[in-house]
Amino acid sequence: MSKLLVSPSPHIHSKVSTKSLMLDVVIALIPAVICSVVFYGWQELLVLGVSVASCVLLEWAITKYMLKQPSTIGDWSAVITGILLALNVPYTTPWWVIFIGAVVAIGVAKMTFGGLGQNIWNPALVGRVFLLVSFPTYMTTWNQPQGLFGVDAVSGPTPLGAIQEGLLQGASVQDLTAAYNYKDLLFANLGGSAGEVCALALLAGFVYLCCRKVIKPWITLSIFATVALTSLIFWSVDPTRFTDPLFNLLTGGLILGACFMATDYVTSPMSLWGGVIFGVGIGFLTMMIRYFGSYPEGVSFAILIMNSVVPLLNMWFKQKKFGRK
Amino acid sequence: MNAFIWTIAVVTVLGLVLALVLYLVAQRFKVEEDPRIDEVEKAMPGANCGGCGFAGCRAFAEAAVKAPNLDNNYCPVGGNDTMAKVAAILGYEVKAKAPMVAVVRCNGTCEARPKVNEYDGYASCYVKSLLYTGDTGCAYGCLGCGDCVAACQFGALSMDPVTGLPVVDQEKCTACGACTKACPKRIIELRPMGPRGMREFVSCVNKEKGPVAKKACANACIGCGICAKTCTHEAITVEANVAYIDPAKCKLCRECEAMCPTGAIHGVNFPKPLDKDAVKERIKVRQQKAKEAAEAAKKEVTNE
Amino acid sequence: MSKHTFSIGGVHPHDNKISRECAIQPLPIAPTVYISVAQHIGAPSVPCVAVGDKVKVGQVIAQPGGFVGAFIHSSVSGTVKSIAPRADLAGRAFTHIEIAVEGDEWVDTIDRSETLVTAIPDDPKAIIEKIRLGGVVGLGGATFPTHVKLSPPPGSKCEQVIINGCECEPYLTSDFRTLLEKGEQVVVGAALLQKAMGGVPCTIAIEENKPEAIAHIREVIAKLGYKDMDVMVMKMMYPQGGEKQLIDAVMHRQVGSGALPISVGAVVQNVATALAVYDAVQKNKPIVDNSVTVTGECFPKQANLLVRVGTPLQYIIDFLGGIPADAAKVISGGPMMGRAVANLQAATVKGTGALLFLTEKQTRRAPETNCIRCGKCADACPMGLEPFLLNKLSKAQDWDACEANAAQDCIECGCCLYSCPAQIPLLDNIRVGKGFVLGAIRARAAAAKAAAEAAKK
Repeated sequence: MSKLLVSPSPHIHSKVSTKSLMLDVVIALIPAVICSVVFYGWQELLVLGVSVASCVLLEWAITKYMLKQPSTIGDWSAVITGILLALNVPYTTPWWVIFIGAVVAIGVAKMTFGGLGQNIWNPALVGRVFLLVSFPTYMTTWNQPQGLFGVDAVSGPTPLGAIQEGLLQGASVQDLTAAYNYKDLLFANLGGSAGEVCALALLAGFVYLCCRKVIKPWITLSIFATVALTSLIFWSVDPTRFTDPLFNLLTGGLILGACFMATDYVTSPMSLWGGVIFGVGIGFLTMMIRYFGSYPEGVSFAILIMNSVVPLLNMWFKQKKFGRK
Repeated sequence: MNAFIWTIAVVTVLGLVLALVLYLVAQRFKVEEDPRIDEVEKAMPGANCGGCGFAGCRAFAEAAVKAPNLDNNYCPVGGNDTMAKVAAILGYEVKAKAPMVAVVRCNGTCEARPKVNEYDGYASCYVKSLLYTGDTGCAYGCLGCGDCVAACQFGALSMDPVTGLPVVDQEKCTACGACTKACPKRIIELRPMGPRGMREFVSCVNKEKGPVAKKACANACIGCGICAKTCTHEAITVEANVAYIDPAKCKLCRECEAMCPTGAIHGVNFPKPLDKDAVKERIKVRQQKAKEAAEAAKKEVTNE
Repeated sequence: MSKHTFSIGGVHPHDNKISRECAIQPLPIAPTVYISVAQHIGAPSVPCVAVGDKVKVGQVIAQPGGFVGAFIHSSVSGTVKSIAPRADLAGRAFTHIEIAVEGDEWVDTIDRSETLVTAIPDDPKAIIEKIRLGGVVGLGGATFPTHVKLSPPPGSKCEQVIINGCECEPYLTSDFRTLLEKGEQVVVGAALLQKAMGGVPCTIAIEENKPEAIAHIREVIAKLGYKDMDVMVMKMMYPQGGEKQLIDAVMHRQVGSGALPISVGAVVQNVATALAVYDAVQKNKPIVDNSVTVTGECFPKQANLLVRVGTPLQYIIDFLGGIPADAAKVISGGPMMGRAVANLQAATVKGTGALLFLTEKQTRRAPETNCIRCGKCADACPMGLEPFLLNKLSKAQDWDACEANAAQDCIECGCCLYSCPAQIPLLDNIRVGKGFVLGAIRARAAAAKAAAEAAKK
């Protein structure tokens, strides 16, 4: 008989591991991935493939050859960054642009800080924002989806982009939004990044994660509530200039951002109230950027700004200790 | 062009005004300090290791300036050179101290001291010592997780993967004492470096009776006391089944090392390897002569 | 019936009560027993027998070593062979009284009959004195001398007695079997405790995974006619049986940091302790044996055994067929808070409740990876602490920050390490911090006391 093991208690462990949590997130993203491939066709598949492969390869190469440590790709977090990055960019983005995005996302935003668990900002969002600022043409050309079997591509702005341009040209919001109906927005018949469409698929993934107890719903719900409330207030004051709450909830990367980016463990607060304040901040900043900023879409920037505040939120909002007031 | 000139002018004036403000504030809120503190601090090695017992080199400098003499203030990292400089600045006398070095007093290698169970907790000697007496049969020996290595700020300690014991690099060791405090088994001791680095020590702290200690580790000190009996300088005491060599009295003759049945006594940095047989012969001859002299003296007394 | 539970944290390990059908059987007495003098919280007891003395079962062999101390009685009859240091299950040496067994003769005053004695003495002080003389200590694992717990400091008043029948640790079933087989004695023991604390209400808390015990105890209470005693069904969750958590669940009061349960008016005793109280008061029987669950999926013969105090662990294991080949760890206690046995020659003590065998797959720790800041450890902590932070602070040896983040409140339940997806050994390091912080708190209190006394002079 081999030697007995001796260790301090406890002597058993739950089945949950970093890998199992990441796999659950990947499973939750599958509906959205399938949805986007069906709507955008084989080019979207290419974008996804390049993104995931680049992220995994980069993390492997950096850990093995630069840090000279065992590779960490086995925990599947690089796969998630790859998928999220792909869902955030137009399906026509060239492969080399995506590769640069992966370099920034994994190399700069994640590995320079020390790898998984050490980064302050969401890596996929840092990658996406870097691409937005560096390659504005590629990143803001939104082609009408043709599906897996379509042929022609027609360029056009996203709903939010169209609204912003329309407002600048003096049209009123009611006239502009009349062009869209909510059913289309929900079921993705409009141009946008793959992550903007397929709201239902994304929400299904979110519900799956909540049921599996991988994430807790309050960050996401507080983002939705704040966005709805803020846009409700502004829209009631001046409906010609500000879009209505339902429109804001369904467009842009809000659902993707609120369900999958803001709830990323590493870059979100640990406690209940910290998470709620975090969500309120994201929602409010998103609406301010959408209404008053020069970018039509604000979720990425809002989340990155609030990521900076997370250490402070963790310090100020701790959970209540047993037996203390 | 106008804007250009205005910009330069404004920024220059702003810079000058702020510099003046900073200077005035620095003068107004200046803390009067004995200027010697700064001088002493410059002479310190700047390691801020705490080996002197103070919280960093500046704290040592402050204490040294306030103290009436340098008897209680010694910097082990800077050693005699630094203390001479400090003494010169402050006008005190300082005696040169013998340089010390950390000595690991355990030779329970993986081979000599087999493991009897497998530790599966966090790899820290302190955590391991809180849990139990260790994964070998010896309850006093080195736990092998390297808390001493982690505590050393000078990189003087490393774990030998073959023996499983820490190794001290005497060039880098500053005798600051961090490792002696980090070791939960109190195995590491600060001992004098010795002339040209030569020193003798008992490499065991096991307090169990001989047979028990030997069963757990082939290199254990069994408390037999042969070393104490052999030593002609009264440097060795055996207490709680383990021998200890007093470095102040030890004359490095290596007779104890030759006589030790388990090889628990170690001599390091000696130029020639120890010829145990020759030394044992020498001891036998000396003890024979002493016996004859004693018997002769006894005969004289009975004769008178 | 709605299930009660504590308000913060907790985890749901599978309860694995695979030995629940095993009735308690007495283990044949070992040829030699080794009774430790340090088997309770407080000062080790002082032996009052000498080598060569003949002793009987139930005879006092060691006296309390201080106010917080306990009598120790011989669990066998025979001759004292030695009084010498011997290693416990962690390899640390404590004085043990070695007795070579001869026959099974008991002290005359002990009532060995099965008759249920229901007459409760009138004087609370008499009850507490008999508990003290019986060497009764907390058998939930903490082994705190019961008579000290039942003597609250002046100014505190007990409002409720809670009997802990939760047995929240996976695998353990000895308390469950005790409730089924000795339910009447336990209930009378609870009534004795009620009387000792001045006639306060009593709640017997039992987890929902023991429906037979719940039904049986309710029957017994009804039969014996105890009006102010009831059974409360608790949600199955770990650590439901933790003293502070149980008081929170039953009385909805939270014991403050550094305070005792009596400060919120609660006295909590384990089911086995209630049984020991019954034996000590009604039968004059001191603690000489206790029920031990021997279990584990890899262990072929599950059992609940009545073991004499001081029996070598190896003897128990050999009686049941030896250590299974695939057993990687032997634990004294449950898998969450039990202690891994390094020395199988160690002997049982009053607080030994279980011997658990786990395979390598069940227990070997996976390699540690980066903290992913998921917060599962903080969610799981029943004391509302932040283990990810305390782990970091302990490793950095920042004891002041550990104290500010309440490391001293940690009950070492293991929920944090159990839940961590990154396999970080959180509790290993938090224990270190807790130790240093408690030391600092004690030192400050001692210094304050000394200063106060010096000021008086």
